[in-house]
Amino acid sequence: MSLPEKLRSVRQFLFRDSARAFGSLSVVLLVLLAIVPAKDHFREWLHYQNEYQRLIRNRSDGVSLARRFQGGVQQIWLPELEVVDRCTTCHVGLKEASLAGVAAQPFRPHPPIPHALTEFGCVMCHRGQGYASTAEDAHCSTLAWEQPILPARYVESSCGQCHERPLTGTPQLSAGRDMMARYGCVRCHRVASPEGRAMTATDTPPPLNHIATKTTREWIFAWIKNPQAYATTATMPNFQLSDGDARDISAFLIGQSTPYPGDSARKNPPVPAQDDSAALQQGSSVYGESFCASCHAIQNAAGLMVGGDVGPELTRVGSKVTPEWLAEWLRNPKVYDPGTAMPHYRFEEKDIGLVMGFLGSKADSDFLAAVRLEPATPAQIAHGKTLATERGCASCHDINEIAHPENFAPELTAVGSLPLAKILFAPGIPHTLPEYISAKIRNPRSFGSALKMPRFTFSDSQVDALVTALLSQTSRAKTLPAALRIQAPPPSKYQPAGRAGQLMTDMRCFSCHTIDGRGGSMAPDLTWEGSSVQRSWLVNFLKRPNTLRPTLIRRMPKFDVSDEEADVLADYIMAVYQTPEFDREQIDASKFTAGDAAHGKDLYYGKYACNSCHILDPNKDKGYIGPTLTQVGLRMNAAWIFHWLKSAQALRPGTQELNWNMNDDDARAITAFLMQQKSAPKPGGAR
Amino acid sequence: MKWAFAALGLLAAAGCHRVPSRGPAASAFGAAIVDVGGEKQTAGVDAALDQPVVAQVNDAQGNAVAGALVQFSAPDGVRFDPPSGLTGSDGQLSTKVRLGGVSGRYSLAATTGDRNGKPLQAIFPEIALDYQQTLGQELNEKYCSRCHNPESSAERVSNHDNLSVPPHSFSDGATLNRIGRANLIAIIAHGGAALGKSPEMPPYSPTLSASDIEALAAYIRAIADPPYRPQGVFYANP
Repeated sequence: MSLPEKLRSVRQFLFRDSARAFGSLSVVLLVLLAIVPAKDHFREWLHYQNEYQRLIRNRSDGVSLARRFQGGVQQIWLPELEVVDRCTTCHVGLKEASLAGVAAQPFRPHPPIPHALTEFGCVMCHRGQGYASTAEDAHCSTLAWEQPILPARYVESSCGQCHERPLTGTPQLSAGRDMMARYGCVRCHRVASPEGRAMTATDTPPPLNHIATKTTREWIFAWIKNPQAYATTATMPNFQLSDGDARDISAFLIGQSTPYPGDSARKNPPVPAQDDSAALQQGSSVYGESFCASCHAIQNAAGLMVGGDVGPELTRVGSKVTPEWLAEWLRNPKVYDPGTAMPHYRFEEKDIGLVMGFLGSKADSDFLAAVRLEPATPAQIAHGKTLATERGCASCHDINEIAHPENFAPELTAVGSLPLAKILFAPGIPHTLPEYISAKIRNPRSFGSALKMPRFTFSDSQVDALVTALLSQTSRAKTLPAALRIQAPPPSKYQPAGRAGQLMTDMRCFSCHTIDGRGGSMAPDLTWEGSSVQRSWLVNFLKRPNTLRPTLIRRMPKFDVSDEEADVLADYIMAVYQTPEFDREQIDASKFTAGDAAHGKDLYYGKYACNSCHILDPNKDKGYIGPTLTQVGLRMNAAWIFHWLKSAQALRPGTQELNWNMNDDDARAITAFLMQQKSAPKPGGAR
Repeated sequence: MKWAFAALGLLAAAGCHRVPSRGPAASAFGAAIVDVGGEKQTAGVDAALDQPVVAQVNDAQGNAVAGALVQFSAPDGVRFDPPSGLTGSDGQLSTKVRLGGVSGRYSLAATTGDRNGKPLQAIFPEIALDYQQTLGQELNEKYCSRCHNPESSAERVSNHDNLSVPPHSFSDGATLNRIGRANLIAIIAHGGAALGKSPEMPPYSPTLSASDIEALAAYIRAIADPPYRPQGVFYANP
């Protein structure tokens, strides 16, 4: 029987007469009607909801859990945020803290966060497709929906869509943003806030206009080939240059170098750096006493990095700089680099010789051993200039003959919303945005050997942090209600005026101290210093800084400030840096009675146990978190102490001192006791 | 029938052959595997641990064994780089670890076989912190650890030994697990003196918000050793 014959017989069987046709169609209709409830019955979310009900049935808190359970499709709808999230249909136990021990998803409760789920929904932080009702559609990337669930390690990026101000509790986002500013990312890539304010770099790449006076062509060659071989902490990335390219760039950089205005090195021959071990020892002492290690690190014999990371690492500096340059630099760094963070130390010539000797001994003969460069040809120099222009050297460094390029690299303001369709993935990389960004940071040239982006040396957690910060740059951030944005304060351009301002610039106070929102975080904020200290102490401290905090490694260096300069600075600080909160003459310390002070002493050692953190009597007290208070009566102002005891965080936000909320009587008594502390420090007493 | 057996045998052989042998073949065997670094670290969920996890294979005399096969394993979501390998000349194998996407405790295992194929294991407990616990960890770094952590580092000298009543380390589960949540929060908020303990513990309620203090308590619970077991919830089907 052929196929048409077969079909004919089936038709005959089903539709022979009208009654039979009616019966057949009724059966078809019933089947069709049954499909809908059957399909509903096999819905994935229904399966999860049934499983959840089985899970809670036998728990001791099952009754209350069951009462709060709502079946059916659940939805969080927030029109102003454009959120339609049905995640809670399957993630039924999200708000049930008592399910904390449940390991199986989708039933785990949400860990505690500062926002209510009903106010922000889920996709705001986790991405994914909110209105999907199957796990795959909601979590995975599909052709129609590009945003898969964000891996948990990047979830802090979502905080960054609203929070521009650094947050406690999102260390990874803060670290990533710091890295973008510190490793020069934002020097090539523009990264702006939704309000249009571009992020600024915090690193200080040195100018190269006078590089030939500072170092040799061989060093430049070796450095640009692999900066981390010279200093493991170097922030300059590796441009993966060939020997020939590095040869030509080094030739160009030496060629474009000009003498600098204060280039008196040839006029003033450098102080001879003594070469015996005693001089080396003395040099090491001057290096230590000047607290060079507050900013510069040197790797010790055990391989540990000792020192700060404000300035460059000095482990092999003896193989880098010329003695003439070093002498000039130590005499006054800003002659060579007007923008340097290094203070003008006002060293004596003798000390310069000693420090030079010490730094000269920090050399590594292996570093340049293999470098042999022939004199450069004009063609090589010209090629070097082309390369330096193409690679964007001038994005970070000042170079004669090359202007700072504008918009050198693609803008990253909305990189967190980059459509996948616009991305060319290198082979082997999963097709998601975080994987793309992370691969790009780890090995930029894997996307094409002709790409310009250099390779950075980052650990896994650093890459995670950077990806987190980049993912926070979404286009969505722009459409969020303005009320949700927590903007960072605009960068402060504070500059003190007059001669005091000149002195503060000369000594680079802002490299360590913050005043009025501008400056470093290594040393105390001086915004209200004039309300805090006594003028006589301040003058003394500027001339002979001593240690206030016993266990601090980073300390104020001595700058050889003259009497006149100390007066100018002290007058300025006392007059200008006063808090509007109170009048510093408000409390007259001479009116305190012996009874006040005795009561204060009881409170100091008893109720408030101040001695846990502060040393007042070096023979008895041991706490060393806060500053030593042996001479606090000569140092601080009574009104400041009084207000500090009441609410220190209001006077200096972020200080480690607590807000004690002391009542006026207690604060007054302790102030009286502290103002009595005027004893000279006992030698060898304090640790 | 004979053919069927032969075919089954072939299939079984092929199946056995396809069992993935993880990593290279061991060239030596040890008698013990020990944890030499990287245990008890904390990290965010799904985040990389700062320090690599290092296991060492020793022979019966306690000497390092080079060329022994070590395999790392852990609950779902934990990734190792590399997941297995041969020990180096120092008898050690080190691996970079990324914890899973769910907060809590992870025990990572490093396994090697002895000469007879008996598995030997070293366990590395690690902790993944959620948002609240991470916040607590940051606050601890700023306000608490100078006194509560007896360890000094080059950058930070501990104040622990300067206090007349030594503070408890936050990981001291044996003591802190016995303090209920309300009491723990009260001590942080109101200070030692208010609860009849040492006044050297200051009150933090005027400095830290209630949610900050909750976060500190959550962090203390998260890193407790032995682990903190909450009371009062019963699980029918664990």
